[in-house]
Amino acid sequence: MKTLVFAEGTPTGPSASSLELLAKARELGDPSVFFAGEGSDAIWAALGAHGATTVHHLETADSLPAASAAASMAALIEAEAPELVLFGPNPTDRDTAGRLSARLGVPVISNAVDIDASKTPITVTNEILGGTKLVDTEFTAGSPHLVVVRPKSFIATEVGGEAPTVTAAPATEDGPAMSARVIERHEEASAGPKLTEADVIVSGGRGMGAPENFEIIERLAGRLGAAVGATRAVVDAGWVPYSMQVGQTGKTVKPNVYIACGISGAMQHLVGMKDSSVIIAVNKDEEAPIFGVADLGVVGDVHNVLPKLLEALGE
Amino acid sequence: MKIAVCVKQIPDPATPYSLDPETHLVQRPEDQVLDDTDRYGIEVALQLAEASEGSVVLVSMGPAGTLQGIRQALAMGADEAVVVSDPALRGSDALVTARVLAAAIRRLDADVVIAGTESTDGYSGVVPQQVAELLDLPALTFARKVEATGDGIRIERQTTTGYDVVEAPLPVLISVTAGAVEPRYPTFKGIMQAKSKTVEQPTVADLGMTPDEVGLDGSGQRVIEVRPAPARSAGTKVVDDGEAHLAIVEALEKAKVI
Repeated sequence: MKTLVFAEGTPTGPSASSLELLAKARELGDPSVFFAGEGSDAIWAALGAHGATTVHHLETADSLPAASAAASMAALIEAEAPELVLFGPNPTDRDTAGRLSARLGVPVISNAVDIDASKTPITVTNEILGGTKLVDTEFTAGSPHLVVVRPKSFIATEVGGEAPTVTAAPATEDGPAMSARVIERHEEASAGPKLTEADVIVSGGRGMGAPENFEIIERLAGRLGAAVGATRAVVDAGWVPYSMQVGQTGKTVKPNVYIACGISGAMQHLVGMKDSSVIIAVNKDEEAPIFGVADLGVVGDVHNVLPKLLEALGE
Repeated sequence: MKIAVCVKQIPDPATPYSLDPETHLVQRPEDQVLDDTDRYGIEVALQLAEASEGSVVLVSMGPAGTLQGIRQALAMGADEAVVVSDPALRGSDALVTARVLAAAIRRLDADVVIAGTESTDGYSGVVPQQVAELLDLPALTFARKVEATGDGIRIERQTTTGYDVVEAPLPVLISVTAGAVEPRYPTFKGIMQAKSKTVEQPTVADLGMTPDEVGLDGSGQRVIEVRPAPARSAGTKVVDDGEAHLAIVEALEKAKVI
């Protein structure tokens, strides 16, 4: 099956989602990549190592890529006729998937956690109700089938492929939709490992009481070499930046250990962390839903338990 | 500046929604509420309109019911609403939804179209971009800050590693994240005025579309099964007696992180 994977660059290489999607695409045949933005030999090599044989590259300079990427992909799809087109969960992936769907008049299925291409028609699985139920949806329209996949649904694997053939993606005509321009780019650097790559995550919720109480979360994370996460409630309240949000509208994480501090466990949050190997939760409400998924649940006040924990860990 | 804001009435999230066992579609009560995430886009729209002596029109698709959710949005200060409510729409997927919204917005001649990034009940997260493409508009998506620049709009756009400053000329579509602004609470006066504001309710035919272009028939995807996910079983629960932190130390040792 011909599969096309959407990718863009990050400061450290191809988007993590593109490497995960290549793992799935490789199962189905020779995957090719549509890459929007500034590329490099290191990025091509990484895509090749993960199984890409061809990269179609679209330079986007300072334009917001989605509109021109969708137009270019539409032309490429007409020429190459891939049956499946895969996108990650990143803003530009989602923007491009939506535009491409509207441009081609074909549906897009979002938030996929699995794709069964052995079935005809192709069937996509999503999670609903905080991951308590799975929904299987089939495409009833013809190809290409567009799917936006949730993070970490497939495991990125290097297969030691050669550098792929890199060709220029079809050029696009300028139009009003392509007039959005990027004026400045800002990285919000955080100390410690990245949330989506960390082996251990310490997360805080409303139960921390006040923004200044996040300091102890940071100290605990520092001691454990962990990344710091947060719930949507505290991000919306402005305590911490959005880049720290774990959950349905934030990041999906699967660390070895997830320590949830003062987090009640709203569906929104659970869907982003429930697949962690070990979940430890501290919350004073005995009935908090987080205890339903915790391997170790401590019913207690974070303001008592966390300082003692730090002390015991010999900070 | 004329601003169209896409909003959605959803079942009250305080009570988990239920699915129709046969069609697998969300069962929608008569008295749906305004999707909480829409309040951010409405606030952005009201601020842009207030600064430019403009107006705000709400655009929505779905069963009108008692219009409770739409009245909540009007009570914040929006001027009027268009609710495309037609039994033929039941089962519409994201692309059909976008086509219907685009058809409704096209009649308004808006300078700015605003949407949330995704609805709380469906969260496909692609409808704003589909609407932008159908209307041939630039899209300033995932905005965490919005400002008018005179002949255009400038936003701070969330990225995976930080944010970008992005701008585009009018007309433009903006998708707004929760937390972009502090939504206002409706005043008593606002609530009273909302009752008499115009809510137009066009059908699919009024928008120049046919019933077979919308609903399940018009959608290129179909839910075939809903099944329970493998449950994660709860582990040990200890009540803190002053020593519970030692249980955490033990768990961390067992997981080999210390």
